[in-house]
Parts: sequence; structure tokens; C-alpha cells
Amino acid sequence: MLVETGHFALALALALSLVQAVMPVWAARAGEPALRQVAVQAALGSFACVLFAFAALTYAHATSDFSVQNVVDNSHTAKPFIYKISGVWGNHEGSLLLWVLILTLFGACVAVAKSAVPPVLRANTLGVQGFITFVFVLFMIATSNPFSRVMPAPIEGRDLNPLLQDAGLAIHPPLLYVGYVGFSITFAFAVAALIDGRIDAVWARAVRPWTLIAWSFLTLGIAMGSYWAYYELGWGGWWFWDPVENASLMPWIAGTALLHSTVVMEKRDALKVWTVLLAILTFSLSLLGTFIVRSGVLTSVHSFATDPTRGVFILAILILFIGGSLTLFAWRAPLLRQGGLFAPISREGSLVLNNLFLVAACATVFVGTLYPLLLEMLTGEKISVGPPFFNFTFVPLAVPLLLIVPFGQALAWKRGDALAASQRLFAAMAAALAVGLGAAALHWGGPVLAPVGVGLGAYLIVGSALEIISRARGYGASRARGASVIWRRALGLPRSAWGTAIAHAGVGVVVLGIAAQGWATEGLATLKSGGTLAAGPYVATLDRVAPRTGPNYEETVAYLTIRNKAGDEIGHVETSKRFYPSRQMAVTESGLLTVGASQVYASLGEIQPDGAGLRLYHKPYVLLIWLGAVVMALGGGLSLTDRRMRVGAPVRARAKGLPPAAVPAE
Amino acid sequence: MRAAALLVLALLAAGPARAVQPDEVLPDPTLEHRAREISAGLRCLVCQNQSIDDSDAPLAKDLRLIVRERLKAGDTNQAVEDYVVRRYGEFVLLRPVFGLHTLLLWATPLLAILLGGFGIWRLARRKAPPPERRLTTAEEDEVAALLRRD
Repeated sequence: MLVETGHFALALALALSLVQAVMPVWAARAGEPALRQVAVQAALGSFACVLFAFAALTYAHATSDFSVQNVVDNSHTAKPFIYKISGVWGNHEGSLLLWVLILTLFGACVAVAKSAVPPVLRANTLGVQGFITFVFVLFMIATSNPFSRVMPAPIEGRDLNPLLQDAGLAIHPPLLYVGYVGFSITFAFAVAALIDGRIDAVWARAVRPWTLIAWSFLTLGIAMGSYWAYYELGWGGWWFWDPVENASLMPWIAGTALLHSTVVMEKRDALKVWTVLLAILTFSLSLLGTFIVRSGVLTSVHSFATDPTRGVFILAILILFIGGSLTLFAWRAPLLRQGGLFAPISREGSLVLNNLFLVAACATVFVGTLYPLLLEMLTGEKISVGPPFFNFTFVPLAVPLLLIVPFGQALAWKRGDALAASQRLFAAMAAALAVGLGAAALHWGGPVLAPVGVGLGAYLIVGSALEIISRARGYGASRARGASVIWRRALGLPRSAWGTAIAHAGVGVVVLGIAAQGWATEGLATLKSGGTLAAGPYVATLDRVAPRTGPNYEETVAYLTIRNKAGDEIGHVETSKRFYPSRQMAVTESGLLTVGASQVYASLGEIQPDGAGLRLYHKPYVLLIWLGAVVMALGGGLSLTDRRMRVGAPVRARAKGLPPAAVPAE
Repeated sequence: MRAAALLVLALLAAGPARAVQPDEVLPDPTLEHRAREISAGLRCLVCQNQSIDDSDAPLAKDLRLIVRERLKAGDTNQAVEDYVVRRYGEFVLLRPVFGLHTLLLWATPLLAILLGGFGIWRLARRKAPPPERRLTTAEEDEVAALLRRD
């Protein structure tokens, strides 16, 4: 019964989203401002409906209701409860419902946010958001209904893919989706601006918090996915340039560019048309990310045809949104007034360079991911584009980009002084050189690029710290002397300044972690009980191999003791081979031992009567890769709490009779 | 025909195995290092986007053994790659060759930078923007109301 109600709620959401899509545009045409309010109500209503539908599906999964096809396909009574919940979005239909839930949540947020957004812009934005919701709910109801019943109901379900039965996978998709879907708001704002035919700094300010939220979550989502692949896939890599990974990286790169171009637009009234185009591209790439992955077209051209209705529908959606918005852009963009001149050596000049390199990197990933597909379709030739290609092309684009990060920060708006900026960054360059040379000396004869990367990471981190220090110190007559004065002033800097510095330092941390992988070591051997295997500074001893029974699997576990070279015990690690009888599938569970930011990584190979094949890695400072991403997201979050970003702050300040909050000068 | 041959190969080499096995490792460390380097650039033909170095498929194991055999026979890295490409086609290379059919692929980063750079150059050369758009009457009233209130 609840399942049918959920199904009905979804249909209601379809109707409400259509109202939300049509009313604001009509209100603008008819000159009836009162009608605009309908869009707000409709946005709240469709969120409530989708929330109810999601709750109904969750209930069906939690109670293992095997009369629902979706539960039968993805659940099992013996499955641990947490995976019964995460199994709701661990499949095509359910993940779509989560996607739409987040979409309507964002719509509801825009509807109730008290902000200085002009009413027409807000109404049009809600309308665009409503249209997106409408199309996706329609897609779900027409081709991917999570509420389909099955008759007669089977006694047992088919269980969730064992690879997905993992805590990482429970939170990875929601994080990623908040990121993807968050960019729908910037997209909606962009299309609304195109419909309206005007755009200004207010638009940029209205869009920025949403971009920040989406970007921060996408950063976390990608990092989470990368960590999951690292420990679950069992061969110790952290990024594989897999099409699925690239699909999430592309909107992230475009979103990063968007984040920076909106700053230029807000401060200097420049790059308007470009920013609108970026907003459209970012969401288009998010759509591509979500649905091209879902359709399976990336793994094989032929799997696209396994479910023709779904495939054709996805193609239609992509053409509608990407083609439609780009057409609208080509038609309406000339109406948007171009403004703002800029000198090449200035903060905005460096941000333009940032956009150039980011977009080039994004284009490279895009072409690299889709090229084999197109080539096969056009000529029938089959080629592979793998990690060697991406490393070769992506790194040369990323390095200059990272080099200009502290420079841009050190340059003033309008007209910067390159020489003064270099002088300010002297300490960062010195630190980079010292750290890089130190690392090279420590690992003489090792890989060449690793110390360079370490130096680059140090340069970014010190550069970010210098930015805060020099801003706190001030210039000219007000130049502070004592450290305590600088510290006090630093605490008084706007949160967005801190957020920027922290996010950039986070990039430096990621670079450090990546560079350190050049010194990763690996050992491989077949061990008997009591045998040892070394990797880097650690030695693993195989204590025993024994079977064990889990809640819904059987496993063979290798118990290892890790010691350092001196023979002191550091800890214990278990790695196992699991067999899930419900899916007849075997997976390898790797064992991890964290020592500081480094990890010892053990992966079980072939099991033999008197021992086991074992792979042992030492991954120095590998955790920095993901911690750095978390730091980046924290920086984004901190920027979000900045006074001028807080949605509705000026309104409240005025209501209390206080003077409007002063905008901190950059 | 080739698919059939692959299938036969896969069936013959059935049995559990994952990534490089201890028994595959060459006694000569330099040779083994070269083998690993080559393996990381060869695609496992039956997997989704995995190199034969990472893959646990039986076919990947065969390829790893072929690579090691060729190396033992004294082939250069390039010769080993050519040998594998002759047998399995270009699809096996994770780093696509540079040729007419991959020209656009390899040129993309450079093209993007050049095109973008050209756009920026034009933007930087632009003259001062035309005057500000006039406010509508309704907006003028709104401004007047705001000014009165202060």
C-alpha cells in the first residue's frame, strides 16, 4: 500500500513540477507577478512528494518487500541493515529517485531562501528547475519505475552486487549527486538570465553559494569514490582514468572554472557571457556524467541497445538540455551586455588563465573519454585511451595552472604588479626548492618527477599561508609590525579569504600525496604460514589462513602481522577473499594499516593448501590525497559562511535597523 | 575468428589468478621491471579498462607471460609492444599511437590552449564597453523609493 502511495506521490510530483515549470514564465509574459508565487508553492510541493516517494522505497527495502521488483533485484534478507538502506540508491531506478530528491530539495531551497535575488530571476530559475524535475520524473515513470510490483512475489531477493556492499558506497553517491545536482541550480540561473536577457553582479552573487555547495560536495564525492576504488578494487591504485571516473571529473573541472569566473564577474563585471556558458557546460557534463555512466555506453557501444527505450530517452534528454540550452545561449547571449576590461597582469587576468587551463584540461578528458567511441562509430577502428594518455596530456596542463595559483592570489585586481607579487612569493619558492631538493636527496636515484611534485605541493601550501599573512599585515602606513597584531588581523579577515587560502592549501596537500606515490613500493610472494614479505620499511608475516563466516558471505582470511625493519610489531592486518553465494560472486577485501598518513596495504591472491599468494604495498603519505580533498571541501564550506555569501544577510540587517553589512574589500 | 581464438585462449587458461602472480615474476629484476612497465601500458582485452598488470583475468595472465617470454628472447620494449599489437590490434595499447586517426585526440590539449588563448587575446583588446543599459520606468521608481527611505 505504501509502495503504491509512493508511486502516486511520484506522479503528483510530475504534475507539480510541470506547474512549477510553466507558471513563472507565464507570469512574466502575462505581467501577473502574483502568479510567480505559485512556482514557490509548487517547488515545495514537489519536494514533499518526492521525499515521500523516497521514504516509501526506503521502507520497501528496509522491510525486504519482495513484491517490489527493485527490492527483489537488489536486496536479500541476510543483507546487513545498513546495506538495505544504501541499496535504495545502489541501483539505476533508486539512484535516479535520489537524484530527483536532491534536485527538488535544491529547488525548495531556492524557493524559500531569503535572498537579494530579483524576483523575476528567481521565478525564472524556479521555472527552469521545475522543467528539469519534470523531465527526470517523466523518465523515471516511463522507463525506470522503482515501484513496479512483481507477481508472484519471490521468497528471496537476488542481493546487491557485493562490490557495492560497502560503507564507502553508502555515502559516495549521495555526495556525488549533491554535487551534480547542485550545478543544476547554476544552470537554472544561467538559463533564467538568458530568458530574461540581462545579467549582472547580483546574478553572480546569487549563483556563488550554490556553486560553492555543489563544488564542495562533488570534491568530497570524487575523493570518496577514489578511496573506495583504492581499498576495494584491491590493486592499490587511487585513480584509474576510467570513463566512470572521468565522467565525474569533468563537471568538477568545469565547476572549478565556474567558481573562479563568477568571482571575476562579481568583482569586475567581466566574463559574463563566458560564465553563463560555463554554467551550462558544467551541468551538461553533470548530466553526461550521470546518464552516460548509467546507460553503459562508455564500456561498449553495444550495451546502449540492451534497453532501447531507456537509451533513446537518455539520448533525448541529453539533446534537449544540452542542445536546447546551447541554442538558447547562441540566440540570447548577444543580448547580454559585455562589460569589464581587464589588464593581463591582474587578479582577474590570472583567473582568466586559470579558466583557460581548466577548460583545456576538461576538453582533454572529454575528448579522451569519448574519442574511442566516436572513432569506432565512424570508422569501425577500435583504439583504447588509457592512463598513459591522460597522464601525458593532463599533467602538463595541471602544472602551469598550479604554478599560477599563489601568483593570482598575490596580484591586485585591475592592475597587478608582477614583480611585487614574485617578491611576496619568494618564501614559497624558497620553501618549494628546499623541500623538493630535500626529498630528492632522501630518495636519490628514485623517480624524477616525485621531488618536483613535492616541491610544487609545498609551494602551494606556503603560498596560501603567505597570502593570509600579507593580507593581515597590510600595506603602507597601516603595515603591522608585531606577530600578535598580524594574528589578530588575520582572524578578522573575511571568511572567504580564509576559505580560498585553505582550499588552495588543500590542493597542495593533494599534490604532495600524489607525488609521494612515486616512492611507493610493492612486494609479491607466495607465503607459507610464518613466511615474510617486505614492502618499503615494513615486513609482513603470514600468521595463518583460516575460513570465516560473515552475515551473507563466506570468506578465507589471511591474518598478517606487520613489523618494521627493527622487528617491532606495528599492527595486524586481515585481507580476505569473500564469496557471496546469493550472487555467486567472489571479491577480494584488502587489508589496510595506517601509520601516520602512510598506509601498508595487503591484498590476498591465490589461496593454496599450505599458504597464500600475497601482495603488499607501502604507500607513503597516500592519505594526503584524500585528506587534501577534504581540506579543499572545508575551504569551500568556510567560504560559504562568509557574511556576504550568507543568503539573506542584508535583508535581516536592514530589518533590525542596522546599516547594511559592509562588503569587505578584497 | 579472432574472437574465437581469444575465447579458446581464455578457456585454456581458466583457473583463479589475480594480477601478477609470484610464479610469473622473472628472476632478473631489470627484465621484470621492464615487463611491469610494458604490462601497465597494455589493455586487458576482456576487462573494463584495466591494464594486464592489474587484471586477474586468465587472458591477461597469458599476455603477461607472452611479454615476459619476448623479453627473455631479447626483444626491446618497442618490439614486444609491436608483437602484441600485431596479434591483438591497436586496441590493446592503452596509450594510442600517434596517427591520422588519432590526430584530433592528441591535438586536443594544444588546440584548446591555442583557441582559448586567441579568445582571451581578443577579449583583452576590446575597447571600452558601450554605455550602461537604461533602467526601466518601474526600476527608476524603485530607486527613487529606496532613496527616499534613507
